Amino acid sequence: MSAQTAPSARTPRSSVTAWISQQRVMVALALLIGFGALRYEHFLGAYNVLSVLRYNSMFALTSLGMTFVIMTAGIDLSVGTTAACASVVSAMLSSYGLVPGLLGGLAVGLGVGVLNGFMVVRLRLVPFIATLSGMLVASGTGLLLAHNQSVSVSYDTDFTWLGQGDWLGFPTPAWIALAAYIYGSIVLNYTPFGRHVLAVGGNEEASRLMGLPVNRVTFLTYVQSSVFASLAGVILAAQFGAGQPAEGVGWELFSIAAVVVGGTLLTGGAGSVATSLAGVMLLGLIFNVLNFENGMGWISLSAYWQSVVRGVFLMVVVMAGPGMGLRFARIARSKSG
Amino acid sequence: MTDAPTISTKGARFDFASFFRRYAAVAALVVLLAFNFAVTPNFASWQTLNVNMTQVATIVIVSVGMTLVIATGGIDLSVGSLMAISGALAPLIFLSAFGRAYPLLGDLLAFVIPVAVAGLFGAFNGWFITRFKVQPIVATLVLFIAGRGIGQVMTNGNLQVFKNPIFQFVGLGRIFGVPFQVVIMLILVAAAAWTLRRTLFGRQVLSVGGNERAARLAGVPVASVKRWVYAVSGLCAGIAGLVVVSINSSSDANLVGLGMELDAIAAVAVGGTPFTGGQASVVGTLLGALLIQLVRYTLLANGVPDAAALVVKGAIIAGAVWSQQRGQTS
Amino acid sequence: MSPNGPLLVMRDIDKRFQGANALVGAQLEVQAGEIMAVVGQNGAGKSTLIKVLTGAYKRDGGTILFDGQPIDFASPQAAQRGGISTIYQEINLVPFRSVAENIFLGREHKRYGFLDWKRMNAEAAELLARFAVDIDVHRPLMEFSTAIQQMVAIARALSFKARLVIMDEPTSSLDEREVAVLFDVMRQLRAQGVGVIFITHRLDELFQVCDRVTVMRDGRTVATSRMADVDKLRLVASMLGRDLEAVREGSTGFSAASGGAGEEVLSANGLHIGRKVRGAGVEVKAGQIVGLAGLLGSGRTEVARAIFGADPPGAGNIRLMGRDVAPREPAEAIALGVGYCSEDRKADGIIPDMSVRENITLGILPLLTKFGVVDEARQREIVDRFMSRLAIKASSAEQKIRELSGGNQQKVLLARWLCMDPKLLILDEPTRGIDVGAKAEIQSLIRELADQGLGVLMISSELEEIIEGADRVFVLSDGRTVADFPHSAVNAAAIMAAMAHDATATVPGVEHD
Repeated sequence: MSAQTAPSARTPRSSVTAWISQQRVMVALALLIGFGALRYEHFLGAYNVLSVLRYNSMFALTSLGMTFVIMTAGIDLSVGTTAACASVVSAMLSSYGLVPGLLGGLAVGLGVGVLNGFMVVRLRLVPFIATLSGMLVASGTGLLLAHNQSVSVSYDTDFTWLGQGDWLGFPTPAWIALAAYIYGSIVLNYTPFGRHVLAVGGNEEASRLMGLPVNRVTFLTYVQSSVFASLAGVILAAQFGAGQPAEGVGWELFSIAAVVVGGTLLTGGAGSVATSLAGVMLLGLIFNVLNFENGMGWISLSAYWQSVVRGVFLMVVVMAGPGMGLRFARIARSKSG
Repeated sequence: MTDAPTISTKGARFDFASFFRRYAAVAALVVLLAFNFAVTPNFASWQTLNVNMTQVATIVIVSVGMTLVIATGGIDLSVGSLMAISGALAPLIFLSAFGRAYPLLGDLLAFVIPVAVAGLFGAFNGWFITRFKVQPIVATLVLFIAGRGIGQVMTNGNLQVFKNPIFQFVGLGRIFGVPFQVVIMLILVAAAAWTLRRTLFGRQVLSVGGNERAARLAGVPVASVKRWVYAVSGLCAGIAGLVVVSINSSSDANLVGLGMELDAIAAVAVGGTPFTGGQASVVGTLLGALLIQLVRYTLLANGVPDAAALVVKGAIIAGAVWSQQRGQTS
Repeated sequence: MSPNGPLLVMRDIDKRFQGANALVGAQLEVQAGEIMAVVGQNGAGKSTLIKVLTGAYKRDGGTILFDGQPIDFASPQAAQRGGISTIYQEINLVPFRSVAENIFLGREHKRYGFLDWKRMNAEAAELLARFAVDIDVHRPLMEFSTAIQQMVAIARALSFKARLVIMDEPTSSLDEREVAVLFDVMRQLRAQGVGVIFITHRLDELFQVCDRVTVMRDGRTVATSRMADVDKLRLVASMLGRDLEAVREGSTGFSAASGGAGEEVLSANGLHIGRKVRGAGVEVKAGQIVGLAGLLGSGRTEVARAIFGADPPGAGNIRLMGRDVAPREPAEAIALGVGYCSEDRKADGIIPDMSVRENITLGILPLLTKFGVVDEARQREIVDRFMSRLAIKASSAEQKIRELSGGNQQKVLLARWLCMDPKLLILDEPTRGIDVGAKAEIQSLIRELADQGLGVLMISSELEEIIEGADRVFVLSDGRTVADFPHSAVNAAAIMAAMAHDATATVPGVEHD
């Protein structure tokens, strides 16, 4: 292994492959930022930096929840519509104040998360199908509550501060996302729950044999994911001034891509929270860079290229990285002899 | 070692679980139809039948390919995006200078090329999965993300509006009163069902899903089979894309096929094809799609908001897969 | 020796699965500070006995006393808390997690509610140091060799204050050096008063480290002795359940061997496959039945799979039908005229949801198709022909194969290969788990086919099959071919002696590396 900044004796290092991938995404992110800074005049300007942070906070939150779920070798397709539904509820409650709006949105996440967790753990449905159902239920509920329209947020209270406000010069949503990631990182590295999440994803059979509460751990990751998604939905409503029941389409795939690009293995068992954040920034910045590039006038790349680029990124990452993990997982699970 | 048969010794005794599993969709369909005949106004009309079949045809066309993919134990998330690509390509062809100059040839190419391109993208999925041993969900995720972008880039996100009766026969035409896309749907369903039962390829598909290790040891070209099913799925998506843009007389790469992959997966799941592979019922998929559609229509026609239908759809999918899983472990 | 009596007593243990007896009055007794070996062939009941002990299975009868107290654990976790730990063959740890983490998973040390890594890392290092294992406990487990991973598993077991440690085939993926390290650890455990149960089929190892041995066969405990009082030959004899001399005459469906040999269809030598096979060779001529004998784990299946192209060897020569080819895929071997009926019907053989007809024709289907469409008439003809020839009992050719009995499933698989008219047929335990009647049918069928010119390589753990059926016998021991007997020299004693063979000695006339 090449030289690395030695973590403190307390910090457990993540797996070899995740570590290499971790370097990769950080490097790529640094390169992209460097490229943008050199090439575009206002790239590192306050306006751009703050608006990028403000906008991508939502995806950062959904990706955080998704990271934990993917670490258990699961998946959560419902994060986008949960956010949408939460945005509707919080918009509806925003006239009562910031806290009711926030709590209302989070309650949506709790409900969807419990539903998903129940289907995965109790009904033994594969996470894909379970969260697909959850996604539809959340979507339908949001649309019903909103009567298929956007729900305006009340400006009489300070609810919109959650999305449009600032604190110490940085956007509130960014602070919220940062706090969430710090929480996530602490939980992952310093609590039994976090380690159990990784153990369950790494070798569920062994975890069961070792007496870990596999069902409870799995259930909680889905609840957590939906709660984070609903938080993103609250920010959505606060930021754009309206709860949008039809929003959230594609958020789940973006989150999955961000997590995978960051180096967390889809097969579970390895990864980190920080790399998911880097993955979100990377994929988000691609959009930003393309906008700037178009503004320069040298080329005229439509914003649609961002999906293509994101897809190619994912492909390259998958070819180079998680393939190793997949093979290992297969070996670990196949019968010996 | 004990010589117990692997799963069930039921043999001659009537197996309620799998009977239920196989015919639950039909039963539910019959019940719903009866309910609608009784309660819903204007249900028993050609108009109603037409509307429902039209809406369901596109989903079924895609689901046929999806059924084959799931039969090998895989999944294809890219079908919606492939629909967008083929739906974007067709008008580009027949609206181009070449297409205007040679209208008949242009229309022909506007059928063939988009479908072929979609098939090639499907083949890419298959290659990606077999060459790099990547999980199908991740591999097809790539095109899910990038594919729609490709369609958008080709058209710059613009809406292409057109009026081309020959080309649009695919979506608007009728044969003996039956909408053409329904005809295509029925042909594809029949062809797929026949393939699974009567051809070498069909048997190989089912053996790969049933027990990949055993199939390989018996000489089945597992990697090749997998590549082909994803190519076929791409072809189906390509056809579906043409149908959709024909019906709408317009092609919007942002919208064509949006959410279609989930609809297709739901239809396959409700229709009884297990995700573990090894068994497949194309007719089941057809019934599954019809059931989902009918539920939606029933709710709509009786004043229930469309959004509620989404919730119900979610419940149906969960319920169907759950009961199917229970049936399997007996 | 414990002053209070044995550490563990298992008496009259019964266990049934779906009507079949897995354990019948089995016994096991282990003292504290003793290493007890448990040996037996496949299906003898070793694993079942252990699973009953640790609570993975519920016993149907008998008593278990641990330290004099009757126990009845509900799960392996409960057994662990009670002081009985199991180290499994597959390391049941989490590879991505660090060494220290694996040791403490589920019982993490905490400080103010948060994980105390410093303490866990320190304690982990200390635990391992007791076994003279000095590694970086921060590193992920998967970075270390299997031997070290097993040490970690043992360390974890001990951190639970285990009084009895069960090791299930711990040496199967270790090389000689690593095995020596493991044995040192076991001796330390013994010195600390811990009881150790050591399950293995590598007989040489027993003599290096065990104090006593318990032999199981057919679900019963057939012998218990001190290691000093037995030798390998006697062990093999009691594992296989026979006197050294006698073999039951005419107990198989094999008639007198004709042995009329034609051209060479298979010649393999110097095969190295993974860690298990280190210099194996075998030869088959047309019209011959060649037996491949050896104890469990000797590498026979690996050799078969290598010849068939399922898992190509790392080194060695393979000549099929006189051509120097090493198939890289089963399809290539099939094209050359080789068939392989695998050992594990369920995992490698049957397509469970398919019918008898579909399973039979799976291999030959490409030859039955015109323009991709299956010729139903020809298919039916072949299926009917082989179903009657092999007397396959099924309600119809359309019955799902998973509903058939083991014997009939095996016949279906045989039919799959036979209908392709192979020149070499590799059979891996063709009559395992099959009732007596079907066994005899299959055995006489094999003889008949050989008489018609088919070359057969038959892997079998049943001595009668080998003795009565084979025209020539190769014996594998520990991954090497250690003996090559022509029919005239084949008898029970000779084969068992070869199977018990000391891995370091050589046998003249056989190639070694």
